[in-house]
Amino acid sequence: MAILSENEARSLMQRALNFSKADECAIGLNGSESGNIRYARNSVSTSGNIDQISMSISSAFGKRLGITTVNEFDDASLEKAVRDAEELAHLAPENPEYMPMMGPQEFGPPSKTFEQSTADITPKQRTDLVAASLQVAKENKLTAAGFLQNTTGFSSVLNSRGLFAYTKFSDINFSATLKTEDGKGSGYATRDYEALADMDTLKFTKIAAQKATGSNGAKALEPGKYTVILEPAAGVVLLENLYGSLDQRSADEGRSFLSKKDGGTKLGEKIVDERVTIYSDPRHPLLPTFTWNGDGQPQIKRTWIEKGVVKTLSCSRYWAAKKGTEPVPFPGGVIMEGGTQTLAELIKGTEKGILVTRLWYIREVDPQTLLYTGLTRDGTFYIENGEIKFPIKNFRFNESPVIMLNNLDALGIPERTVSAESNSSAIIPPMRIRDFTFSSLSDAV
Amino acid sequence: MGVGASMLSRIPVFGSPIDAQVALERIDPVLKKRMADVALNAARSKGATYTDVRIGRYLNQFVITREDKVQNVVNTQSYGMGIRVVANGCWGFAALDKLDNDSIAKAAGIAVAIAKENARIQSEPVILAPQKGYGEVSWKAPIERNAFEVPIKEKTDLLLAVNAAAMKNGANYISSNMFLVNEQKYFASSDGSYIDQDIHRIWPTFTITKIDPKTGKFANRNALSAPRGMGYEYLIPRETDKIKGAPTTLYRDRYDMLEDATVGAVQVGQKMAAKSVEAGKYDLILDPSHLWLTIHESVGHPTELDRVLGYEANYAGTSFLTLDKWKSGKFNFGSKNVNIVADKLQPGSLGAVGYDDEGVKCGQWDLIKDGILVNYQTIRDQAHILGLNASQGCCYADNWSDVQFQRMPNVSLQPGKAPLVPADMIKNVEKGIYIIGDSSFSIDQQRYNFQFSGQLYYEIKDGKIVGMLNDVAYQANTQEFWNSCAAVADKSDYRLGGSFFDGKGQPGQVSAVSHGSSTAHFKGVNVINTARKI
Repeated sequence: MAILSENEARSLMQRALNFSKADECAIGLNGSESGNIRYARNSVSTSGNIDQISMSISSAFGKRLGITTVNEFDDASLEKAVRDAEELAHLAPENPEYMPMMGPQEFGPPSKTFEQSTADITPKQRTDLVAASLQVAKENKLTAAGFLQNTTGFSSVLNSRGLFAYTKFSDINFSATLKTEDGKGSGYATRDYEALADMDTLKFTKIAAQKATGSNGAKALEPGKYTVILEPAAGVVLLENLYGSLDQRSADEGRSFLSKKDGGTKLGEKIVDERVTIYSDPRHPLLPTFTWNGDGQPQIKRTWIEKGVVKTLSCSRYWAAKKGTEPVPFPGGVIMEGGTQTLAELIKGTEKGILVTRLWYIREVDPQTLLYTGLTRDGTFYIENGEIKFPIKNFRFNESPVIMLNNLDALGIPERTVSAESNSSAIIPPMRIRDFTFSSLSDAV
Repeated sequence: MGVGASMLSRIPVFGSPIDAQVALERIDPVLKKRMADVALNAARSKGATYTDVRIGRYLNQFVITREDKVQNVVNTQSYGMGIRVVANGCWGFAALDKLDNDSIAKAAGIAVAIAKENARIQSEPVILAPQKGYGEVSWKAPIERNAFEVPIKEKTDLLLAVNAAAMKNGANYISSNMFLVNEQKYFASSDGSYIDQDIHRIWPTFTITKIDPKTGKFANRNALSAPRGMGYEYLIPRETDKIKGAPTTLYRDRYDMLEDATVGAVQVGQKMAAKSVEAGKYDLILDPSHLWLTIHESVGHPTELDRVLGYEANYAGTSFLTLDKWKSGKFNFGSKNVNIVADKLQPGSLGAVGYDDEGVKCGQWDLIKDGILVNYQTIRDQAHILGLNASQGCCYADNWSDVQFQRMPNVSLQPGKAPLVPADMIKNVEKGIYIIGDSSFSIDQQRYNFQFSGQLYYEIKDGKIVGMLNDVAYQANTQEFWNSCAAVADKSDYRLGGSFFDGKGQPGQVSAVSHGSSTAHFKGVNVINTARKI
């Protein structure tokens, strides 16, 4: 029941819409089936199966909006839910920023967000994938903790102005942390894909195992400014706070790192190294995302930063109307262009530096400068004369992604990664950065 | 992991929107018992040796405003059932929102099938601490006024008045919000418990922004409120709940939002004009509105037994408080002034419930006694590891759709026994900073190294407050920090802080938890300057 086809979803939403007496009405319908296994101490700990479907009904009278939901789909339940939304709209205060619903939109060719193989995963397959990961731990005398989750779902919307959108999606997410028996070495790997075939838990756990073994016996270096190489899983957690802050309204209002004194914004200005180009493309073959956003705006290929210059800022429909510009939805997936060097080549070309494989617990310190703090984790290594010399103890950093991308030294080949902080996927190159600020040491492994 | 970061960007979608009136309707416990029995019987017939069933109705209301506008009023409901079983010595779980008998029985079968499938890769069979069934019992949070029954207009009028007060006093922008939660939870288990509970939470808050167009600088001042396990009474100001005499008014069990916004709008201007801190060692005087978060991250999380054992190694991390340190009975976590208690009963706290999410009656116990580590936080399948014959009642799931696991109870620093108020504490400081309110926070995965910021920083020189500071963050090692605790103010200063959004687990779950303390004095802590130029 949880996964409806496009026709089934449209037909069900139309039945609800037929009951509407509001000025405008939008129906949203979402369903998902999901299964997971969590393991730790080389053994399964928890696991689950979740099946849910829900319809939301948004009814508006003028600028007053009421929203309700229902998960029973007989006519009586649907009609009651629509009446409830309308009653709530009458009771709601007027929202001056309310925007009329949009009419039909063109979303272009579909994006490959759904893979049948992931939808067909059985509990046995899930257990086998985890068993492969546990086998790596056993063979290397390491202790594994990890998580595997598969989800299949659909999202759809239909409104009284004729807007209709439907997308089916699948996702398989895996992460594993391996530790040495004495607890002095730790390694991590995470991946997120649409297709089951891409999820090689054996291969990815081996990467984590290698980092765990290699990080055993870490030495302490003095905190300070160092050249670093950030692997994509480390870079993404800082970069997502940069591209996630490319917002027009906060910049116009003077409370963004993009705001300038005496008003104005840095849109059109160079803010980072000219080798930095960041764009989004819902149909990117390695990172397919929705071709529409939550309120039904089409997602198209957009360049956000081009050769270091801010080219686009996301902008709500309300703010765009007020400013006389076009609305720009926040993107679903982000791609940063890179260079041609492999990670190994980046290391080889480093005289003295630190390889950072993961950054963790990232929190904003100052929104004015996009200063963030956080720590290295699960494998940090000292590089000298182009070689990894020894593992080092973890550092706390205080750094801004804006400053970091101005101190860019080299970019490697981009690859798909997933942020362990936000769970969002992106395509990011490994980056070599000068003068990255480590402010204290941590004893954590 | 830790409390959620940017509050507004991470409002959790606990459920789907509903009509406000629907929120007031309740589900008959008789019906819930009938549905629970279907699941219990189906699971047993499929081979489960233990089953628990949670039928949850989770209601939320978000009232969101900025300046002179009500941006949104959202009511959400999430209603469904989570079935957890032990079969072949392994946990299995299935959740559903289609609550007819056939679907319930099918889900119970799936939970058992998953348990049996996973048993083949399990090396440590589940051992549950014994738990007697309580029969049919109930518990209700002792609220005075159900916030869901308060008309929307009363809430929006208050928030718009708060916004107007801030704007009148110099703010350029203000966003103010009210988050309300009602968990209607029903728990049934094969031990013979049928537990109906009604839990309420409220969190009013704001962010005031001021901009200096000449320099392009901006600054924020957040509310000094706390999320509480209370009804709407929290928002009815009471003079006896105000602590005056500090540089700003502070609040105990009633919050004057209008007053705080009025003062806050002036303070944000003062913040912008304050001098940038000189990095170095300072004595810190930490107000409870700030210290709660340091307690949460550096005491609450490392004393979670699941972290100690490695169950969170892949996400939130482990803990430096390993079992050998506890077994030694001598591990000096902090100075003798440091007494920290775990508590699931404290009235008005976010963690207060009658029974946890695996049917264990809740209580209170010491974690740190006279500076020594004496205990952890446990649930039923961990109690045997500590040699306990009962769980400490720390099991929680944030929704019917997620499996319950070990979550933090309220963890609070006990007030000092000798009479001492913050003003007297400041008199003993030569070079220090008095920090009020919480802001940026980060700690490593074993809870050694942390960094915190606040809302308001006051410089102390030779026993007196001499002005405000800016760009302050302090970094410390947990054990060194708590051993530098020179004094804790007496109980007249005791207040609760807390979070709605403590994140942990995979798939990620949030929980709400309070942390109480009186103002405390820490000696010689490392302060860094966070100013940068881009």
